[in-house]
Amino acid sequence: MPITDTRSHQGHHALAAARWRIAIALTTAVVVLYFGFILLIAYAKPLMGSLVAPGLSWGILLGAVVIFGSWISTWIYVRWANNNYDARLEALKKESAR
Amino acid sequence: MNAFLLQAATMPVTAPVAAAAPATAIGQPNTVAMAFFFLFIAVTLGITYWAARRTQTTEHFYAAGRSISAAQNGFALAGDYMSAASFLGIAGLVSTTGFDGLIYSTGWLVGWPVVLFLVAEPLRNLGKYTFADVVATRLRSTPVRMAAAYGTLSTVIFYLIAQMVGAGSLIKLMFGLSYESAVMIVGAAMIAYVLFGGMLATTWVQIVKAALLLGGAFALAMLVLAKFNMNPLALFAAASAKYGDAVLAPGKLVSNPFDTISLGMALMFGTAGLPHILMRFYTVPDARAARTSVFYATGLIGFFYLLTFVLGFGAMVLVGPDAIKAVDKGGNMAAPLLAEYLGGTPFLGFIAAVAFATILAVVAGLTLSGAAALSHDLWTSVVRDGKARPGEELKVARGATLVLGLIAVVLGIVFKGQNVAFMVSLAFAIAASANFPALVLSIFWRRCTTQGAVASMVIGTTATLVLIWLSPVVQVDILKHAGAWFSLKNPAIITIPGSFLVGIVVSLLTTDDAAAQGYDASVRDMIDGANAH
Repeated sequence: MPITDTRSHQGHHALAAARWRIAIALTTAVVVLYFGFILLIAYAKPLMGSLVAPGLSWGILLGAVVIFGSWISTWIYVRWANNNYDARLEALKKESAR
Repeated sequence: MNAFLLQAATMPVTAPVAAAAPATAIGQPNTVAMAFFFLFIAVTLGITYWAARRTQTTEHFYAAGRSISAAQNGFALAGDYMSAASFLGIAGLVSTTGFDGLIYSTGWLVGWPVVLFLVAEPLRNLGKYTFADVVATRLRSTPVRMAAAYGTLSTVIFYLIAQMVGAGSLIKLMFGLSYESAVMIVGAAMIAYVLFGGMLATTWVQIVKAALLLGGAFALAMLVLAKFNMNPLALFAAASAKYGDAVLAPGKLVSNPFDTISLGMALMFGTAGLPHILMRFYTVPDARAARTSVFYATGLIGFFYLLTFVLGFGAMVLVGPDAIKAVDKGGNMAAPLLAEYLGGTPFLGFIAAVAFATILAVVAGLTLSGAAALSHDLWTSVVRDGKARPGEELKVARGATLVLGLIAVVLGIVFKGQNVAFMVSLAFAIAASANFPALVLSIFWRRCTTQGAVASMVIGTTATLVLIWLSPVVQVDILKHAGAWFSLKNPAIITIPGSFLVGIVVSLLTTDDAAAQGYDASVRDMIDGANAH
């Protein structure tokens, strides 16, 4: 392990912190979405059973929302990581290679 | 109800009610099913033969030479994850209870975003073959690997027992083979894949299985929707017209919200601690591919669980809950019965073969991850202190595969006729309480010490095992006692926070200078990739 210079060192910690913030925010969003769904099932059964449209109860609609929400959260993360994170990582690697 | 729920959510373990439903070919020796089944075995053994010639080193055996693409790994992750439980169990639960079954469809998906955000990339950059590699990055290797092997092997063994018993019952039910011969066929095929073809063969078995399962479920769902103007809402409306609005509303399943939340926590955080899932991230070339592969996997698995909405309600309307329960009172034959209704015996045969391929692929992935814990973590790192002779680890890994495969067959036969359905949620609970907290703490928390991580893994595993033993699923359902000491069916709501707390408190009470000094380097490696410099 080569001795790291302080600047690149800080760059790595900053990038790790940025990824950590996004990861925590999105994890929290998915936790709220899913456990919100479970708590509504547990404590608001009549609401979840009421119909939005013929054949579609709030429960079924929100169940599909949880699945779509999981998709969207992973899409947001991958977009951020591919565009923002990877670019900063490249810059960091160039800087430490110099 | 409780036993039914767990059972339907996992594997078919009830004895079939023989000859109760003369209208179905299920349980009769089915030529089409046999043909598809042997075709699958022939194709996968062909893949294994091809993979065996490319599997010469430990890196190939455990990680397919890091040569798997993101899209391939996405399918393989989906293949590793979608067990017969999700296909047969959820379809069965929805067809007999309606909306309640859908709680599982969502619960089994929400772990994937957590895998992506918290573990996939750090794991790929910090480890080599097992998740213990990551925990041991800056902590002391020997105690960490022993504790991680305890958690990993507990997860793998319980998951394997549930799958083997399920395989035996399922094949007996569908093909009319004896239980023991079914377990032995599964064991022999699985050992062949892993022993000769290593991770490369296992990966391709997963890909073939995922494509078959998704294709089969999609075809089945389209045939259902064709009867309802391709409109799922018309299907749901037909279900409520026939069986009442209650089928679209939450029912009895959520009688104890804490139980449901606890199970939800196990599913959500357990996925990010399942050894056979975590191991897959080492098969791709870099962190970006690991990230992309989870994105694909989440898409595929979510799509599959949306299909279960249609399959479940389709079976309810077209086959009927009574006819389904007449064949198997756990409801697990809903999807096969639906296939028979819509496509006759040939389609039933195809779906039966798909369900079997599903189990076979899952046990192969599990066995490989268990073998890696035994050979890479315990033998090479602990016994040999990281100084194994060249080629030695590969031999040990193959030996461990054989031993684990035989253990799986023996346990499958020993647990014949037992209600082992709880073992899947147990495996998820251990993964969530033992593997996940230590992984997260060691990656993200500078102050984490060897003692803290080890205490978290050992106490997380042990507490989960003890609380499951004391819970109603063992005390009431199996031992037939009047009550249980611990009231929750799944302990995750206690053991996940408990395991984090133990890891944090023990870390704060101890010092580990090497761990603290290694943190900066580990952050660097986590970002650059350990091989980058």
